[in-house]
Amino acid sequence: MSPDSATIRRVPTGPARRGPIGAEPARKVAGQPGTDKGAVSHEGSEARIDARGVYYKTLNEQIREEMLNGAQTVILENVNGQRYIGGGLSGEDVRVIINGVPGNDLATFMTGPTLIVNENAQDGVANTMNRGLVVINGDAGDVLGYGMRGGRLYVRGDVGYRVGIHMKAYEDQRPAMVIGGKARDFFGEYMAGGELVLLGLGSDGKDIVGSYLGTGMHGGVIYVRGEVAEHQLGKEVSIAPLSAAEQSRMEELVRDFVGWMGLDAGEILERPFIKIFPYTHRPYGKLYAY
Amino acid sequence: MAEVTFTRPEFRVRIDKELCQKCGRCAHQCGWGVHKMDEETGYPVPDSSKCGACHRCVTFCPAQAILVEKNPLAYKHSDSFSPDLRKAVWRQAETGGVLLAGMGNDKPYLRIFDHLLLDACQVTNPSIDPLREPMELRTFLGRKPDKVEVEYVPDGNGSKPKLKTEMDRLLQIETPIVFGGMSYGSVSLNVHRSLAMAAKELGTLMNTGEGGLHADLQPYQDNIVVQCASGRFGVHADYLNAGCAVEIKIGQGAKPGIGGHLPGEKINEEVSVTRMIPQGTDALSPAPHHDIYSIEDLRQLIYALKEATGYKPVSVKIAAVHNVAAIASGVVRAGADIVYLDGFRGGTGAAPTVIRDHVGIPIELAISVVDQRLRDEGIRNRASVIAAGGIRSSADVAKAIALGADACAIGSALLVALGCHLCQKCHTGSCSWGICTQKPELTRRLDPEWGAERIVNLVTAWSHELAEILGALGVNAVESLRGSHERLRSLGLDQQTQEILGVKPAGIGH
Repeated sequence: MSPDSATIRRVPTGPARRGPIGAEPARKVAGQPGTDKGAVSHEGSEARIDARGVYYKTLNEQIREEMLNGAQTVILENVNGQRYIGGGLSGEDVRVIINGVPGNDLATFMTGPTLIVNENAQDGVANTMNRGLVVINGDAGDVLGYGMRGGRLYVRGDVGYRVGIHMKAYEDQRPAMVIGGKARDFFGEYMAGGELVLLGLGSDGKDIVGSYLGTGMHGGVIYVRGEVAEHQLGKEVSIAPLSAAEQSRMEELVRDFVGWMGLDAGEILERPFIKIFPYTHRPYGKLYAY
Repeated sequence: MAEVTFTRPEFRVRIDKELCQKCGRCAHQCGWGVHKMDEETGYPVPDSSKCGACHRCVTFCPAQAILVEKNPLAYKHSDSFSPDLRKAVWRQAETGGVLLAGMGNDKPYLRIFDHLLLDACQVTNPSIDPLREPMELRTFLGRKPDKVEVEYVPDGNGSKPKLKTEMDRLLQIETPIVFGGMSYGSVSLNVHRSLAMAAKELGTLMNTGEGGLHADLQPYQDNIVVQCASGRFGVHADYLNAGCAVEIKIGQGAKPGIGGHLPGEKINEEVSVTRMIPQGTDALSPAPHHDIYSIEDLRQLIYALKEATGYKPVSVKIAAVHNVAAIASGVVRAGADIVYLDGFRGGTGAAPTVIRDHVGIPIELAISVVDQRLRDEGIRNRASVIAAGGIRSSADVAKAIALGADACAIGSALLVALGCHLCQKCHTGSCSWGICTQKPELTRRLDPEWGAERIVNLVTAWSHELAEILGALGVNAVESLRGSHERLRSLGLDQQTQEILGVKPAGIGH
């Protein structure tokens, strides 16, 4: 551009910011911080990685590498907020055991493996997960199972907002989630398929779920072990008792859940469950003028 | 009061009975059921109220006996309350529903491209003849390094230079024209097949839109960008890895801030398999991604996708809205390799008319402010800018690139090439041309081989025209036009618009 055109462009576009512009993710350049691998030890088909201070990208590369080399169980020690563990991971008989608190988007896009977290987990667990099992032996954060279309997610403790959002089922792919504790608002929002089970363990069954339960829901089912008041419901859902088939399916999920958690199913199933379901698959069918 | 509609037909369909051969083709061809054959007389009896002037019947009438004309019915004149607005009120009073429309904003807003003129060389700086001299249209999309380092490695007696900087993966396209996202579900599978075949032959990219990737398109995956939008339809690890890049769709020019509802009627068996949802349920794409409420969250999804795909380029598609420059800056800082800007004239399979016609800003302004903002902040190299939403010709492509785009994406123009006549009835799912429908008797009208050939022809022709424009400008690579506002002049734009565009008025020299 000629000098003239520099003067003609007078529209303020915000202060010019040059120089350092925020931390960048570590690139694949040897010797730079963030590329140091965690110490690995092997025992049979088990690989143990010390994740302390290891950058997420490097850690995930290491997990994939160990699995490619034949490890069936990868144990991560000292995990502290590393993201995307199990992200895009596939394989049927492989498992990752996580000691420490993994970061957001655990098991995102995962197809097949089993992930066991021995402490709490953060947001976005099982985001768009396809198949596999995630077991969390603590609490977990918001937006769990977003767009999840298969596999199971078991959380021992409480979960945050918008859990199970837009879960969807297709033919034999039916995602399921069992939450041992309580859930906050928008549980099962936009849900299009699959099953959510909320147990509210350790409480009297009151106020175990927030408001806007099942808002926008147009498929799937939510089972709640306790009471839900009318005002807590999204406007697309109703409450009903479980049919015999639903009761047995729900019990099947609870039994599987307690098997992983070391709890007693009998006591849990003593209290009655209710079913939350959408009364139309076309919530917005009448919204438009054609 | 008996059911009566006040909305009179927009068009009048007339059959010339002297020419009509009573063959019934018109009745067969019309997806909306305009023509019904009269059993007694044998002539078709048109119901004009269903006609969208798509010309399907006109095109296939062997006797050229069909005339579609504007309904001359007079309305009492009002510059303020146009007949269209009155009709909208009547339809809503009748139905209580939100009005829907297909294709892009058709309102008479200022068309900035039509007020921009390109430069050419005369006498002192020679123009180039692209027919005889090399002309580079090849474009690389993606993140370019901040600096390039070269080292010399020993080679026999001397040494040879070697690139030391590790490059991010770039997408190579042979012409700066890619295809915009149009989902399988909104358009037919044969449209997707046509696009995929054409993209492969042209060496450019098609985009799945948010509807998954049909198994038939796997062979074209090197030329396919797969989209991950808020509904996450058909998104799984294999799908993400099937494409050469992943696009996160945040917004669409035709409906910024709005989600999508693919009605249950359009979810047939094949669409259901590809989207991985049951047949007959509404496919609801929420307005936001529920895992993205901030630039940091966007970064999280970008890197989740990169982790799942072995670090393929990630594009982020946003609608051009008032604050687009700051948003684009955030998108680039979040780690996007491509920022896809969709202007307010972009097309859609269905959008609330009020949103389509009144929300967003023109792409020309968006390109200019985004390019400038990224330059001001020293991060322009970190992402390519794709401009879309109202690119109608090779001239628009050249002007968009001069304003600062790396490449343009086209959608409506591709559908027009396949027979679309912009009747804007996409949302009804009965497209007579077999484009925006899932009815098998209609979709089979589009032969993918024929469709691919027409798209290849169109893009090849535009590419030739681009080469001619570059030659006239005296440059031999599209790279030399990129961001070259000096090669544009405005005609009839106000001063502030000129300033935003960084363009001088026509008549002013250097």
